[in-house]
Amino acid sequence: MADADRMDTPEQAEFRAYCRQWLSANHPGQPPVRIPLGALELSDPKAMAWLQAWQKSAYAAGLVGCDYSTAVGGGGHTNCQTIANQEMQSARTPFLPNIIGLGMAAPTLYIHAQEEVKRALLPGLLSGAEIWCQGFSEPGAGSDLANQQTFAEKRGDSWVINGHKVWTSLAHFADWMILLCRTDKTDKYNGLSYFVVPIQPAVGKGVTVRPLIKLTGETGFNEVIFDDLVIEDKYRLDAVGAGWKVAMTTLAHERGAGLLVTPAAGGMIQENSKSANTSSPAALINLAKSSSRNGKTAADDPLIRDEMVKIAIRQEAFRQNQRRTLVPALTDHPMRIPLQNKLIGTEFNQDLAAITYDIQGPASSLYLNDENAAGGGEWQLAYMNSFGVTIAAGANEVQRNILGERVLGLPKSK
Amino acid sequence: MQEQPKNFGFGEDETMLRDSARKFFSDHCSADKIHRQVASNPNIHRNIECLWDKGLWQQITDLGWTAACVPESAGGIGMPLVAAVALAEEAGRAAFPSPLIATFNTTFVLRECASATADSLLADIATGTPMTLAITNKAGSWEPEDTDVSVTAGKLNGSAWFVQDAGKAEGLLVSARAAAGIGLYYVNSNAAGVTIKADGIIDLTRDQAHINLSHVDAIEVAAPGTGAAAIRHALPAIQAIVAADMVGAGEWLLQTTVEYAKVRVQFDRPLGFFQAVKHPLVNVMIEIDKAKSLAYNAACAIDSDPQRLDFANTEKLAHMAKACASEMAVFSSSRAVQFHGGIGFTWECYVHLFFKRQMHNQALYGDARYHRTKLADLLIGKAA
Ligand SMILES: Cc1cc2nc3c(=O)[nH]c(=O)nc-3n(C[C@H](O)[C@H](O)[C@H](O)COP(=O)(O)OP(=O)(O)OC[C@H]3O[C@@H](n4cnc5c(N)ncnc54)[C@H](O)[C@@H]3O)c2cc1C
Repeated sequence: MADADRMDTPEQAEFRAYCRQWLSANHPGQPPVRIPLGALELSDPKAMAWLQAWQKSAYAAGLVGCDYSTAVGGGGHTNCQTIANQEMQSARTPFLPNIIGLGMAAPTLYIHAQEEVKRALLPGLLSGAEIWCQGFSEPGAGSDLANQQTFAEKRGDSWVINGHKVWTSLAHFADWMILLCRTDKTDKYNGLSYFVVPIQPAVGKGVTVRPLIKLTGETGFNEVIFDDLVIEDKYRLDAVGAGWKVAMTTLAHERGAGLLVTPAAGGMIQENSKSANTSSPAALINLAKSSSRNGKTAADDPLIRDEMVKIAIRQEAFRQNQRRTLVPALTDHPMRIPLQNKLIGTEFNQDLAAITYDIQGPASSLYLNDENAAGGGEWQLAYMNSFGVTIAAGANEVQRNILGERVLGLPKSK
Repeated sequence: MQEQPKNFGFGEDETMLRDSARKFFSDHCSADKIHRQVASNPNIHRNIECLWDKGLWQQITDLGWTAACVPESAGGIGMPLVAAVALAEEAGRAAFPSPLIATFNTTFVLRECASATADSLLADIATGTPMTLAITNKAGSWEPEDTDVSVTAGKLNGSAWFVQDAGKAEGLLVSARAAAGIGLYYVNSNAAGVTIKADGIIDLTRDQAHINLSHVDAIEVAAPGTGAAAIRHALPAIQAIVAADMVGAGEWLLQTTVEYAKVRVQFDRPLGFFQAVKHPLVNVMIEIDKAKSLAYNAACAIDSDPQRLDFANTEKLAHMAKACASEMAVFSSSRAVQFHGGIGFTWECYVHLFFKRQMHNQALYGDARYHRTKLADLLIGKAA
């Protein structure tokens, strides 16, 4: 937004100027291979390596992890990650590949890990040298996350882990996992503990990673099986039995309602593909201007116009919600808007992409493997892929429970 | 886009004013009291009456509400539009029967007129004279060029429709057509030749009328050819104010329904336990928050661009605010009635006061579809 840099603190203003200058000289340019819509769909090692190199250079320049202390490899700034994110977005950079590490593992480590572990792990996480994944979901523990069956048994100074995780995004690239599991079978919530697990060295020796194919045809998530994996006790975060509390820190950040702002970049336009920016109302309008529906320009159809305008209103409202969150006089309950972000953001993307089917008429049948598909078929991909995020990170129905219970104070439905 | 403060221009003064309004309404305008005041007679064929507490009007005048957005040069406090938006939100939350919103709307049109007469009328508003706009024709057009009133040789003739709180206002700002185009004229409600015919309306918390003008002396406020622009330039502010009224009423409906859903037990559980109740209430909250953010954003954009360097942008943001608020108004009121069950369908339950105010406001100055149609032209370009 044009007004983003107004009322920056002096530290933010200086940092913004620095980010702009650095980005103007150091944009990584065009990728050598197709980059998917988001990090959760990464499967090509070449794409991953290229994105890791980008994250590494952005980290080295101080644009990633700005608000973390210097002792753990951060930038030691205050409220500057937002600035870096805005500038990276404006500069249309690639996204940062270590999304689970940055968005979930880093804040959880920062808040709950021992100093030694933080110092050892955060630099490699922030630089993207070490990729992280999240081992929360299991076949029997999805929305009901506390129903964990994976078990960690204390043997001497170590823990022995057995169990089965599913939908583990990026596990096929991951060096580390944040793991929620059970240490006491008698107490559902207080019987959980939280670990960070070095999975890469253990693949084939106690850890098996198998890819799962998404309905889009892409890969990106996996199942992970633990078979007597032994890890050191120092990798436990917080107390034995405090896993649920630690997991809440992770989930708050995953849902955009945590204390630390997640480093995030994006906006890159891939020139050699016909790909579209599938989350932008402006791109939607352009698509409608170049598509025909029932033989006429879709952008002239009054019903299509109304749907596109509704989407544009939702985008502006989302943006203004973020602005209002920072004005206490205009927000009666501090968590009321932050807890809506995941829900509103993911449904916005889904509904935006859905309209493109109506806009394209029968051409909406074409996919990535068809040369005539508008936007390289990525609108259709975006629609199908959008269900990943309305389901993941707590299905949106569960988000509505959380909002109803925590913000409105309605009775818990569990 | 013009410079905009991150806090929507909602600073300490605006917060103090808003908080004092909140206290005022909680002290003087409980839903119970308003209900006794305006809803004592459910008879559909009752006489049309203008029911309000004139004493409270004197009090809010003393608190400076009507002066808030009158420029200092005209004897007012010179606060930004966000102040009026905040007061409108509180007035909506209390379903306050008063000419406050009509007077604000008139204030913002007068501010666009730049005439000595306009300034003296603004000074009257600052000291508490309630006024309203008579700028809508019988066909219900919101276009500033459309009026059923004409002006010739200093006399007004014709009729104005859907005039808000006409029974409470002491002065009318009338749009009329002359050879040179639309002008704006002041008419005292008691002037000779003015007939105010009250409409039988659903909303109990305000009154509305159509007004016949027959050889009424025209006091010029904006010369022929300049009146339509004055209205056009004030419309975004008016839309933001009415949107804010709906935001406040929406919040009352939400909180009241949530409280009911916590205490009413069926199937051995409070209603709010059931997701078929819980989730729509969350959706109502989400829609209120969107509408509120958009209303303050529109107001701030208007405040930030006094020279109208990017008027298309302020128009766009105000259309968004009113479109979003109008849809929310229908949704919040329908869910409130539905989730109160049988009691919600009665006259005795206060929900209907807010339900009716929401349905009135959603149409006023354009419903959601009207504003989205305008937006489509601004965002996409005109259709072929
Ligand atoms: C693309 C993608 C990536 C993922 N990545 C990871 C990852 O990296 N690590 C990880 O641990 N997990 C990951 N997940 C798993 C994700 O967190 C779970 O899928 C999610 O929590 C839902 O659990 P479930 O799939 O078992 O669905 P279930 O819990 O079986 O729920 C199915 C559906 O029922 C409804 N529902 C469930 N509970 C309720 C309720 N209480 N009230 C109302 N409706 C309800 C919802 O509509 C829900 O979608 C990922 C999922 C996806 C789709």
